[in-house]
Amino acid sequence: MLQVPILKQGGYLIASIQSVLSDADLLQLRDNLAERVGRFRSRGVIIDVTVLDVIDSFATRMLRAIAHMLKLRGAETVIVGIQPDVAFAMVQLGLTLEGVGTALDLEEGLAYLNTRTKQLPGHGK
Amino acid sequence: MENETLTEIRSAVDIVTARQRGRALALDLGFSGGDVTLIAAAISEVARNIVDHAKQGQIVMHRIHGKGDPGIQIIATDEGPGISDVAQAMQYGYSTRKGLGVGLPGAKWLMDEFDIISHVGKGTTVTMKKWLR
Ligand SMILES: Nc1ncnc2c1ncn2[C@@H]1O[C@H](COP(=O)(O)OP(=O)(O)O)[C@@H](O)[C@H]1O
Ligand SMILES: [Mg+2]
Repeated sequence: MLQVPILKQGGYLIASIQSVLSDADLLQLRDNLAERVGRFRSRGVIIDVTVLDVIDSFATRMLRAIAHMLKLRGAETVIVGIQPDVAFAMVQLGLTLEGVGTALDLEEGLAYLNTRTKQLPGHGK
Repeated sequence: MENETLTEIRSAVDIVTARQRGRALALDLGFSGGDVTLIAAAISEVARNIVDHAKQGQIVMHRIHGKGDPGIQIIATDEGPGISDVAQAMQYGYSTRKGLGVGLPGAKWLMDEFDIISHVGKGTTVTMKKWLR
């Protein structure tokens, strides 16, 4: 079962994490995104983590790995919706999403991708 | 609500269970949302270490009383391979596998008290506390 629905919007993919994820779900997300970026020739991917209660070292490593892998497949990744408490815990843990774009919410995530992929808003639809 | 919970850790799914139970207990004890997240993150790291390095173990969490203030204590135990050099394992970025090596030092930073006892061939016990104040 697909734990993380992936929507196609224009030239982008939006993966919205729905619940607390197990490691297997994160691995599946990585594989599904890689496959779809190839299939749809997507230029950008938004991963919405608003509902995640914790982003620990494993999740951080996975999100970084997903972003790096998608980059090799030609797509930019932006993580949106990291909650303030979750961000604070990440800082306390010494975790960074180095090299991975982050934005406040979906709207800002789209704006980020539009800039990064040099598309004007409305293009790539 | 019960004041003590025991969670068997055998796979990654159990990490989520331990985290949720710790979160519920911490909320019940009156910790703020921010502190609850810090506690959940620390639980996540020690639980993950059990799965990654010892295969299985357990996590016991309960309410404790200090000098006036209550708190939460989390004890993660396993009978895995143990750690030969604990000081080295506590270093930021040190990992014997592909990990980020931030689990142990990170969990220590998140909590008020952190204690680790490990014997090679016998196992590891991590005891962490956070006080309500
Ligand atoms: N429960 C455990 N049993 C055996 N070894 C452990 C355990 N927890 C941690 N370690 C050892 O300590 C090292 C550092 O742990 P940690 O800081 O969590 O980093 P990581 O898990 O990313 O390697 C691990 O690589 C491992 O060698
Ligand atoms: Mg670890």
